[in-house]
This record gives sequence, C-alpha cells and structure tokens, in this order.
Amino acid sequence: MSAVLQISNLAKTFGGVKALQGVDLTVNAGEIHGLLGQNGSGKSTLIKVLAGFHEPDAGGRLMVNGSEVRLPLAPGDYKALGMRFVHQDLGLISSLSVLENLFLDEISTGNSAGIRWRSWRRTANELFRKYKVELDPSAAVSTLRPVERALLAIVRAVSGAPRNGLLVLDEPTVFLPQDDTEMLFDLTRNVAAGGAGVLFVSHDLEEVKRLTNRFTVFRDGRVVGNGATEQTSREELVKLIVGHELEAVSHRSAAQIAATKPVAVIDGLKGGLVAEASFAVHEGEILGVTGLSGSGFEDLPYILFGAAKAETGTLTLNGSVMRLRGQNPTSAFRSGMALVPADRPRDGAILSLSVLDNVSMQTMDQFQKGPFLRRSRMREEARKVLSAFQVRPNDPTLPCSSLSGGNQQKVLMAKWLQTRPSLLMVHEPTQGVDVGAREEIFSVLRSATAEGMAVLCASSDHEQLALICDRVLVFRQGRIVAELTGTHVNKEEISEQSYAVDQEAQPAEAS
Amino acid sequence: MTLLKGGGRLSLVQRIALPGAWLLLIIGFGIANPHVFLTPATFQTMFGSQAVLLVLTLALIVPLTAGDYDLSVGAVLTLSAMMIAILNVQYGWPIWAAILAALAMGLLVGFLNGIIMVFFGIESLIVTLGMGTLLGGITLWVSNSATISGISHTLVDWVIVKRFGGISLAFFYAIGLCALLWWIMEYTSIGRRLLFVGRGRNVSKLSGVRVGRVRVGALMGSSTLAAVAGVLYAGTSGGADPTSGTNLLLPAFAAAFLGATSIMPGRFNPWGTAIAVYFLVTGITGLQLMGIQSYVQQLFYGGALLVAVALSQLSRRRVPLDNG
Repeated sequence: MSAVLQISNLAKTFGGVKALQGVDLTVNAGEIHGLLGQNGSGKSTLIKVLAGFHEPDAGGRLMVNGSEVRLPLAPGDYKALGMRFVHQDLGLISSLSVLENLFLDEISTGNSAGIRWRSWRRTANELFRKYKVELDPSAAVSTLRPVERALLAIVRAVSGAPRNGLLVLDEPTVFLPQDDTEMLFDLTRNVAAGGAGVLFVSHDLEEVKRLTNRFTVFRDGRVVGNGATEQTSREELVKLIVGHELEAVSHRSAAQIAATKPVAVIDGLKGGLVAEASFAVHEGEILGVTGLSGSGFEDLPYILFGAAKAETGTLTLNGSVMRLRGQNPTSAFRSGMALVPADRPRDGAILSLSVLDNVSMQTMDQFQKGPFLRRSRMREEARKVLSAFQVRPNDPTLPCSSLSGGNQQKVLMAKWLQTRPSLLMVHEPTQGVDVGAREEIFSVLRSATAEGMAVLCASSDHEQLALICDRVLVFRQGRIVAELTGTHVNKEEISEQSYAVDQEAQPAEAS
Repeated sequence: MTLLKGGGRLSLVQRIALPGAWLLLIIGFGIANPHVFLTPATFQTMFGSQAVLLVLTLALIVPLTAGDYDLSVGAVLTLSAMMIAILNVQYGWPIWAAILAALAMGLLVGFLNGIIMVFFGIESLIVTLGMGTLLGGITLWVSNSATISGISHTLVDWVIVKRFGGISLAFFYAIGLCALLWWIMEYTSIGRRLLFVGRGRNVSKLSGVRVGRVRVGALMGSSTLAAVAGVLYAGTSGGADPTSGTNLLLPAFAAAFLGATSIMPGRFNPWGTAIAVYFLVTGITGLQLMGIQSYVQQLFYGGALLVAVALSQLSRRRVPLDNG
C-alpha cells in the first residue's frame, strides 16, 4: 500500500506555546484514517499547516505520494498536491443552486465569457452517478437536507482531485441527524475505494469505530497513539484522548448540594440544539455543562440569557418565574444574570475601546453626578477593581486590544461580577487564556461562589470541568444523559459520558 | 510598553494634524493673497455662513457613532426650511410655530427611519436613502418646485443679521450645539451607549444595552439636528429653495470623516467636526478669492472625503487585532 500523505517530525510553535511537536502521521491510499483528540490538541493546527495557513517550525518533513514537498506550503498549494478539505461549515452558498455550487471555483475564477451550463449539468450528473449520490443539479442548496449539503460539499471537493489525492473531512457530521450519517459514510468509503486517502477528523468515537481503518490520537500537540481501529477498543481510545488523571480536587457531595438552596431552576427548556433540559443551579455551586460539540450544551447559557431563542421552558430565578421565550439580554441582566461568552472579540469585549469603557459598561450610571459622569472617579474605581482581579497592566485607559487574552477575560469577569449577579454563566471561560491566568480565573469563580453566587460553566474542556465544578451535567443529542457528582466529577468519567463509550451506560450514580 | 508609548506620540501628532493644516492653509492664503484673504470680513463671513453645514455635520456624527448612516439629513434640512417658508409666508403662521412644526417633522422622520431600520432589520444606508428621496419629492410637491422667500425678519435678524464680535449669531448657535453634543457624547451614559453600540453591537446587546432603542434614538437625533440646520438655513437666506440640502450632504460627510481623524482620532467627535468644517471652508474660500472657479468646491469636498476615509482606515489597521 502506498502512502498518500506522510508527515514526519512536524512542529508548530505559537509564541512559546507548542501546538504541535514531533508529529508523525501516514495516510495510505484507499484508507480512511481517523484523527482524534480533544479541543486544542493540535488537530486543527495540523490541518491548517496542510492548507498552507500556518507556517510550521523548521525541521518537519512532508511527503505527498512518495515525493518530498518543501515546507511551508503557500495558501492554495494544497490543490496542486491533490489535497482537498471539507470543513464543518461546508463552504456552500445556500442561495445558489447545486450546480452553481459545484462549479463555484470555475465561476469565480474562470475568465471565459460563455458558461457552458449544459455540459456542466452533464458533468454534474455523471459525478453524482459515479459516487452514487442523488442530487438535483438545479435545486437550491437552501432546500437541501443537511446531509445532502454535506454530500454535495464532499463531491465538489473530490471532483477535480487526482485518483490518489487526500480528502480531509473536518468534523463533517456534527450537525447531522444520527440516521443520516450512514449516507455520508457510504460516500466517504466510495471516495477511498477509488484510491484516495481520507483523513477523518471527529470527536465521535462511535463514528470513528464505524468508518475508519486506522487512527491517530493527538494530545497536547503530540501523537500519543495510533493503530488499526478494529483492534482498539473504545475504552482504549478514550484513555488515549483524555490522558491520565490529574490531582484529585474535593467536590461537594450530592447531599451537600441538595442541602443548599436552588438559585435558578430551569424547567422544560427547548431551543437551538437543546431538545429538553430541566435542572437546577444551587447557591454557592459551580455547575458544569458539557458534551460533544453539537450536543446542545453550548447553546444553554445563550438561551437562558435571552441571546438565543428558546421555544419553550421556564427559568425560576430567586423565586420569580420567567418564560424563556420572552427573555432578552436586558431583562436577563436586570433580573440578576450575567453571561461571559466564549467568543471574546465578537460578543465579550469591545476591543477598540478602553479597558475603562469595557469594565464600566453596566455600572456607569452610578457615577452620574448632576449633569456629568464623573470620569475621574470612574477611572479610580476601575483601577481598584482591576487590581482586585489582578489585571495586568493595571491601566484602565489602555485599549482593551492591547491586553493579553487572559487579562481581557479577567476584565470581563470584573465587568460582570461588579453587577453582583445571582447567576453567573460562563462559556469556555479559559479559551485563549494562558496557564497562569487560567488559575486566576478559576479562583475568581471559586471566590464568587463562596459569597453564595451560583455559577453555570459550559465547557468542552473536561480537565477544567473536573478541576472547578461541583457537579457536571453531560449532554448528548440535546438531552442531559448524565449527572456527575462527588468523586464522579473526574476527567475520565466526563469524557466517557460525552463520547458515549457505552451506549447502554447508566447515568453515573450520585455519590 | 514602548510600542504603546509610540502609539501615544503618534496619536498626539494625529490629534493636532488637522488644526495644524488649517493654520498652514490660512498662512499660505495670507501670503498669496494678503489684502483680500486676511481681512476680518472674510473670516466673519466664513464662520457665519457655514454654521448650517456645521450643524448638519453634527447631525451626521450621532448615527455614525452608533454605526449607522443617515443619508436623509440633507432632505430633512430642505424640507424643514421649506416648511418654515410655506407656513410662515403662505399660511401666515407665527415664526415660532413654523419652527416648532419643522422640528417636530425632524423628530418624526428620524423615528420612522429608525423603526423601519430596526423592525425590518434593513441597513440604515438603504432606509435613509429611500427616506431622503421621498422627502425630496414631498418638498418639490409642496413648493411647486419654486423658491419661496419673505420669511419673517425676526428669524433672519436672530440668525444672520445680529452679530457678536462681527460674527453672525448662527455661528454661536452651531458652537453651542457642538458643546451640547460633546457633553452628551462624553459625559452622559446615553452618549457612552451610543459609542458601545457603534463599536460592538453584539457585546452591547449581551451587556443588556437596548441596542434597537439606541439606534432609533440616534436617527431621531440626527433628523432633529438636520431640522435645526434647516431653521438656520431659512434664517440665513430668508427663504427656502427645494434643492438646497442635497448639495450639503457630501460636504457634511467629508467633514464628519475628516473630523474623526482629529482631536480624538478614530472617533466621530464634535470639536474635530467643527475644525474639519472650517478647514474645508477656508480652503475653498481661499481658492475662490484667488479667482479659481466654483468647481473647486467639488474637488475639495470629494477629495477630502476620500482622504479622510483612507486615513481612518489606516489608523484602524494600526490597532492590533485580537485572534484569541
């Protein structure tokens, strides 16, 4: 069997952080190769190196179909090397037809005046027949089912590729209903049977077991394991993905939590990717919600805060009942909720404005005296708050963009905790945050709960959840499938539940 | 840290670049044409006659700060002046009543602009372009496409005839509005929210700011200020013509963007706006006094808009991008 892709000793460093080191990976012709690992393990960095988006460190080697290719690749080089990528967002224009999308490249870069619609249509139908895909070339992409869109994106990717090319599927099944994934797998097998190599990136062990021939697992930027999929159990895969247990942290027991007063009670919530969720967040507790991407947990804070639409459900906060359909961020804020979102540049901080502006957004009315806002008092007060939250440098007049990710996040924590919310919700609170600041953010959350605040932490970082949460709810396909408390709050059990290692698994019993 | 200090120095240069250029312009014209240009009369006329443009530009920076465009301000100005002329001259309304009616029209137009924009989720650019054209049609209709003159002398007196230090009162009204707007933008929470919404719409929404309300309010502010500019226009010319405001829209945009490169670089701000308006007017007046034809006006305003927008884009690129 010949290797379509052979990577050896590849490394990539981002400002001192090793995103990839000593990576070896081989994908053979006709093989479907699973690439596994947690968020931040280096999978997407590797793909971006292949796409010519990142320049790898010196020393790595890349062989394509047996011949050496000089690194770094320039953006667009991958095409001539026979590589094709299908990303999660698929890159389709939904208002255009199937045919127009199929020939999007030709239309956008071609310079011939006459578009040969008829011959294109013929080509399209031949392609669809070849790969056994049923699609109507003149249908608008917006009318297709999610799986049909994925099929179209894959057919488009492989249409002009050489027989011995490489197809990279980057989590293509996240938004697909379970029953439809088989169609996508059939197509993937057809592509591989034609002689191409397929690199299948996924979180879902079930899918990797069903589809792939071999696998490679990344953890912290290194290859920690590889082999033939059939000879490896799910449990072994989970162990490889998650790594070893860190220090044990004491969590409250179920009994201790039950003895505290519930601050927020969520009943019958439905909306976004959440099919049904009912649970309570207690006083002084950090409740983690997690799952694989697409399982619904990441929608939860936004729905509760009124930033995403809920279909049904109620939230009882400090005894007053709110219907979630009518919730909006203003009403949520006024009723004592706070949300620190994951997408900091878009939703969290206004980077082009000063730290002072960001931190005083909600408290500035307190500084109104007569007709004037007392700006110097605001600055003084901000300086105090920033030093309490260990923001460095402690200068409220700096633009927020000049702070590191960790310090920006501390500014946002300061901004919201000043409003003294009774329910604080955080989504991926340490994303893009350096290790030192991570600890500081954890301790901020901890001390907030010590004063009786309830915290909801939505995160896909299982290690982090194990470190800070008293209790963890695991979501699968929009529903809560497990509640972990006490000693069960550990990285391995959270991962096992998320990856659905055992379909028959009982929700872990509360200790 | 050195990088930030460099940024500070740079921004000081940026801050005073426009006032400096204005000064150089005055010195240049003064040397080239001392007897005609360097007279009190020239400056008195410039300051007084361009008050209308300054108020119109102030109108624009309100929605621009909130991230929206208002292309209907020129048409609101024209209709406001025309309403005053018709109500006062043809219907014999007292001048104060005519002025109030014009201001109420401004408030209503802004409200409609805002509601259409927010309710249907349409870009402000399109909504106000349509509204401006519609109002232009109404103006032509009610005026029979004719210029109406003979507005009450009380208004003319209080706008252009009465002077302080040789400069018409119109100038002081405009400077007063500058100060008012500066206070609102810098020292009230409403003004800060305007800026938050313009810079981070999602962040504002997720921080509990009622983004829709703020945007509607901004458009109501711009229309009302444009109606005020119409009042000053009617007072300055003693009448109203059906197309006056259209020619002022582009100069107002040029001045607004040029003003955002000065005093507080990167932000639309009232004092920068005032300096920009008078910088442009000085350049045009100077060239015209040297006998250059009136096309210079278009060259100057059009060129200034392009340069100002290019400059603001450059300074934005200097802000480090976060890729968390």
